[in-house]
Amino acid sequence: MDMSRPAQHKKAVEIKDVSKAFGNFQALKPVSFDIYENEFFTLLGPSGCGKTTLLRMIAGFEQPSTGEIALRGTNIQALPPHKRRVNTVFQSYALFPHMTLEQNIAFGLENLGWPKERRMARVADMLRLVHMEKFATRKPQQLSGGQRQRIALARALAPEPEVLLLDEPLSALDLKLRQAMRDELRTLQRQTGITFVFVTHDQEEALDMSDRICVLGDGEIQQLGTPADIYEEPSNRFVADFIGETNFLDAEVISLDGDRATVSIPLGVTLNAPQKQAAVGDRAVMSIRPEKISLPSQDGQIATEGTIIGANYLGGYTHYVVDANGTLLRVSKRNSQSRDRTLEVGQSVKLSFAAESARILGA
Amino acid sequence: MTSNVRRYPGFGLFSLIFFVYLYLPIAVVVFYSFNANRIVSNWGGFSLHWYTTALSNAALVGAVKTSLFVATIATVLSTIVALMAALVLVRGRNVRFRRVSETVVNLPLLLPEIVVAVAVLILFSEVGLTNGLLKLTIAHTTFCIPFAFLPIRARLQGMDADLEEAARDLYASAWVAFRRVTLPLILPGVFAGAMLAFVISMDDFITSNLLNSGGATTLPVYIFSLIKQGVSPQLNAISTLIMIVSVVLATVAFLLQRRQ
Amino acid sequence: MNQRPKLPGWPKLSDWNVLGLLPAHLIMLMTLIIPVGIIALVSFSTRGPYGGFDYVFTTAPYKQILFNEGWSGELEFNPQYLIVVARTVILSLATTIICLALSFPVAYFISLQKTSAKMLLIYLVTLPFWVSMIVRVYSWIIILGNDGVIAKALRALGINENMGSLLFTDTAMLIGLVYSYIPLMILPVFASIEKLDPALVEASHDLYGSRLTTLRRVILPLCRPGMAAGAILVFVPCLGAVLEPVLLGGGKTMMMGNLIQLQFGAARNWPLGAAISIVLMCAVMVFLLWRGVQAMRKEGREASA
Repeated sequence: MDMSRPAQHKKAVEIKDVSKAFGNFQALKPVSFDIYENEFFTLLGPSGCGKTTLLRMIAGFEQPSTGEIALRGTNIQALPPHKRRVNTVFQSYALFPHMTLEQNIAFGLENLGWPKERRMARVADMLRLVHMEKFATRKPQQLSGGQRQRIALARALAPEPEVLLLDEPLSALDLKLRQAMRDELRTLQRQTGITFVFVTHDQEEALDMSDRICVLGDGEIQQLGTPADIYEEPSNRFVADFIGETNFLDAEVISLDGDRATVSIPLGVTLNAPQKQAAVGDRAVMSIRPEKISLPSQDGQIATEGTIIGANYLGGYTHYVVDANGTLLRVSKRNSQSRDRTLEVGQSVKLSFAAESARILGA
Repeated sequence: MTSNVRRYPGFGLFSLIFFVYLYLPIAVVVFYSFNANRIVSNWGGFSLHWYTTALSNAALVGAVKTSLFVATIATVLSTIVALMAALVLVRGRNVRFRRVSETVVNLPLLLPEIVVAVAVLILFSEVGLTNGLLKLTIAHTTFCIPFAFLPIRARLQGMDADLEEAARDLYASAWVAFRRVTLPLILPGVFAGAMLAFVISMDDFITSNLLNSGGATTLPVYIFSLIKQGVSPQLNAISTLIMIVSVVLATVAFLLQRRQ
Repeated sequence: MNQRPKLPGWPKLSDWNVLGLLPAHLIMLMTLIIPVGIIALVSFSTRGPYGGFDYVFTTAPYKQILFNEGWSGELEFNPQYLIVVARTVILSLATTIICLALSFPVAYFISLQKTSAKMLLIYLVTLPFWVSMIVRVYSWIIILGNDGVIAKALRALGINENMGSLLFTDTAMLIGLVYSYIPLMILPVFASIEKLDPALVEASHDLYGSRLTTLRRVILPLCRPGMAAGAILVFVPCLGAVLEPVLLGGGKTMMMGNLIQLQFGAARNWPLGAAISIVLMCAVMVFLLWRGVQAMRKEGREASA
């Protein structure tokens, strides 16, 4: 049950038991979830996880092998792509090279039969929305990557789709531009109030922009929730590993008590921490994020000793690798003061973490 | 419902009909070549008789020899000339009049072949050249050059120029760089060009027919004379044999290119 | 300013540039460029008493294309050669258009196949091109001829009991021309379809374009370069076709190609043949120049836009 959204939110897209097989290859196992109106929803996962397939099924370019998809309560199974009120921002942008930017943006409106004056006004609005008014009569080949991206967005938003689908739209841009476009996308979504369904393999992008994230892996849903849910309360090892950085320690489950477990870990300690999908006797792991380990140790936490064997200075942070009796721990420490780098490789240190920050996950 | 938006209903059936159209005429010739009946379109049972008569036809064998001789020499000459031109036009630096030069090399493609044929005919008559084989060889070399040139040029353009510079950087002389790096890499293109030149020469009718004199009758010209005498089963047998050779050549060329 | 650094590459650059091109240019100069000049000369020369020609200036060969010369030297309009020119141009245009119409669906269908099937189909398209042209044209004699395959089939079906020969008609020539040159059209069209980004087709559907709209507004416009290239490859050799008119058109319905051949052969009227050759060459050049100008305009538009 998804608790993060009140029930009165209207459903924009309903995915019911949708699966997809290409020949013998099961690209997507049956999945079900809803996407709400006016939400920035992200499908996140490594390549081959089925996220693009899912997007293409909503757009109508692939037919689900099983299950059905509804758009604003209407089953759209039988509709061809050109009759679905959804638009896509393609990974390659797919701007028509033989048309000017205006013509590109007007293309969908013409096919919808908008009268000329309304069409032209809408095109002008869209160009203004993405700050490209001056380029109306250029051809796509004459634009930079970021500009093409904007036109692709304008073209897809122009027909006022019920849902906007974005297929890794930032992957072709360089780092700086990608950062700027994230903010722009988020702003556009708020301004237009259109439901965005965003596909990416970049977890940072997903955390940054989304209202909710659906993590896909091995063709099934691994977890669905808000960015904080997904980062702080990963439901399994896959999610903990894929989102952000973490340390995994083998954990032997001694006893279970509801959503908590008592485990013993290789550092020679036994602790009680929140758990998910663990079982007594099964293999499990303890996940602890690098920034949640204190260096030096703090009182009242689970402490251990170790030697620093690696230090990577990253400006705002320094990443240390600590060898604690054969267990390697990655620790991230904020450089909160200027030139605050007193720890050297080879130095012995004490470090600690709170049991409440650790998560026990079934392996 | 066709879910793939790129598919167009009916194109498959259309293509099927098209391929039938493409191969039906060829199949008809092959079919009737096994006809025992002297009258082509009346089926008189299966026979290999026309193949034995064809193969013992001295005029045919002579025409084949002429064609092979002309095609071989024209292929070798045109390939060498085309290779040299391609190396300069693709790889040379500061080549002046590159565009014009390329047009000149491709000139035989820009003129209708009958004009090329008339040009060489008048040339030979003005110069007073009478040796039939020599006339054919010169003419064929001329119009084979662009056919050899285009695949070589394509291959050279597809080849990274850095490779040559890497070879030069590793102390290879220009000649060594060409022989050890460039040539091996463009060899498939050279081969494809030579193959194309050979087929074009073997297949040529217009020029060979206009120049036809001095006993130098090529295979297509001979076949033409047979056709003028009327459709015959022996003609079908000869045509089938030619097609078998063509198919073998085309398949070899296709497989060689595919391996790249 | 012109002193560029000498780059490693070919030693004695300037020498090699000239040397490498020399054989090709010499051959083209000797066997084509100069002879074409001679053709032009011959087209203004007097017909020799026993065939051949004498270099005595006259415009008679060109007049002959349009007029008959009466006993007293009066010119009487005679459209016989003009009809041949018109037929040549019309048949070549028709061939090009039919090849375009047939090629697109086939090339498109092939481009949608998996790699191995695609290779096989392209091989099947090109295979007839490797088969002797004369054999391919000849095969249509068997099919169209008196009591040929089509006549037989129609009789067997009881549709047309006594149909004569389909040969020696414009239709027969057209069929032969299309059959001869269609592989030259399919290959460039196929190449341009292959270059088409599938995402563009999907984008069109995504933006509410139907299959027909997508074909008309996205696919066909983007395949135009391939179609233009194919049109040149088909149209130019069609203008100079000889085999198809000779074998399928018989001696009566001529095209420029066999008309020229006739003048240098049996008719022994070299100046007239040369004059028709010049007309043919001009037709081709006008066509190629027109295409070239179009291409340049397009380039210019894209550069300035």
